[in-house]
Amino acid sequence: MVKIIFIDPQEVRHEVEAEEGMTVMEAAVQHMVPGIDADCGGACACATCHVYVAPEWAEKIAGILERSETEEDMLDFAFDVRENSRLSCQIKVEAAMDGLTVRVPEQQG
Amino acid sequence: MAARPDSEALIVGAGPVGLFSVFELGMAGVAARVADILPRAGGQCVELYPDKPIYDIPAIPEISGGALAERLLAQAAPFDPQFHFNEAAQTLSGDVENGFVVGFASGLEVAAKVVVVAAGGGLIAPKKPPLKELPAFEDKSVFFAVRDPELFNGQRIVVVGGGDSALDWAIELAPQAASLTLLHRREEFRAAAASVAKMRAMVEAGAMDFRLGQIRGLKGENGRLDAVVAAHGGETFEIAADACLMFFGLAGRIGPIADWGLKMKGPLIEVDTAAFETSRPGVFAIGDVCTYPGKLKLILSGFHEAALMARKAVRYVRPGEHHRFEHSTSSAILHEKLRR
Repeated sequence: MVKIIFIDPQEVRHEVEAEEGMTVMEAAVQHMVPGIDADCGGACACATCHVYVAPEWAEKIAGILERSETEEDMLDFAFDVRENSRLSCQIKVEAAMDGLTVRVPEQQG
Repeated sequence: MAARPDSEALIVGAGPVGLFSVFELGMAGVAARVADILPRAGGQCVELYPDKPIYDIPAIPEISGGALAERLLAQAAPFDPQFHFNEAAQTLSGDVENGFVVGFASGLEVAAKVVVVAAGGGLIAPKKPPLKELPAFEDKSVFFAVRDPELFNGQRIVVVGGGDSALDWAIELAPQAASLTLLHRREEFRAAAASVAKMRAMVEAGAMDFRLGQIRGLKGENGRLDAVVAAHGGETFEIAADACLMFFGLAGRIGPIADWGLKMKGPLIEVDTAAFETSRPGVFAIGDVCTYPGKLKLILSGFHEAALMARKAVRYVRPGEHHRFEHSTSSAILHEKLRR
C-alpha cells in the first residue's frame, strides 16, 4: 500500500491508502476525498480532478510534472493552472510515491 | 393548464444508461418517458467527449461517444420513448402505491408509476471559475453561454478559454465588438485547426487581441463590468471590458435529486444489487449516479443495472401479471415492435 496525502483548501489533510497501479484520482474517489470530483471517471475528459503536486515531490519523483498533450488540453478547463498542476486521473501510483502530497484546488468546476 | 403527461416509467437522464433503460423496460412491456436537462440525448458521451473513442463496449472494439448515443437511440426507437429535453428535475412526490410525480424547474410535472434515476454525473452545466465577485456580474455582464449575440454589439468583450466555443464566439463577435480580447493560458489551442488559423489571422490583422493569461478577478460596479483581471507568469494585468464570456467546459453536480429523500453516500445514491432500487420503493438508480459495494463507473455496468431494474420495475407497473423473462431473439414484444 502507498500512502497519498491530499490537502484540501481548508488545509485539512486526508491520508488515504492506494494500491500501486491505480491512479491518484481513484485513490481519492475510493476514500471520498472532498474536491476530487472526477466527473468523467478517469477518461481525461473533464478536468475535475485537478491537483497541485507538492514542490518537494516534484523534485523527488522524476517526471511527475510531465503532462501529456491530452492532459494539457484538458487543463484548459481547470482554474488557476500552475507549473505543478496535474489531473490526478493521469498520475499512476508507484511504490516510490509513498507519502506523495498533493493540494486540492479551491474549486473544480 | 395542459394535461400532465404520465407514463409507466419516467427515466431521469438521457445518457447511455437512460437510453438503454428504454429498451430494457420496453422488453419488459413498460413504456417510458425520458427527461434530461440537456437539449439532446447522449449525456456526457455527447457533451463531454463526442469524438473520444470508447473501447470497452462489449462486441464493439471502438466507438465514439457520439456514435454510441446514436446507436442507443436507434435501439430504443422501436419502443417509441417520449423525450423531454431542457428539463431539470427538481422534486419527487408520491409513492409506489399511488404513483409518483416528478416536478421540473420549468413547471412541467410528469406522473409515473416508477422513476428511474439515470442522472450520471448529475446536471451538466458550464464550469465557473472560483471568483468571489462572480455572482454580482453573472448574467449581467459575465456570461457562460451566448443566447443573443446582438447584445454584445459595440461592446469591449473579453473571451476566456481555448476550446472551440471560445474561438467560435471570439471569431463571430469580433467584427461587431468595439474591441475583443481572447484570453487563454497558453499559445496552444485545442480547437478545430481552421478556427485557430482564422483567429490567428484576425489577431494578425488587428481584428482581435490575444493575451496569454488566466483569469484572476472582475472589476466593476452593480453588475457592470469595467475590467477583467488576469495574470501570466507572475505578472497581473487588467483588460478593460464591458462584457466577459467564459468557456471552461462543462461539469456535473447531483443537484436537487440529493433532496429526494433517497439514501445517499456522498453525492451518489445507494441501491441494492438485485434490482438497483433505492431506499424509496419504486425509485431506481442506475449508472454513474448509483453506488453499491464493488460499483464500477462503466457504461457496461449501467447496461446490466438497467436490465435488472426493468425486471423489478415491471412488477410494480403490472402487479397482477405473471412476468416471463424473454431473450431478445425470441421476444414477442420486441418482434412486434420491430415489425411496425
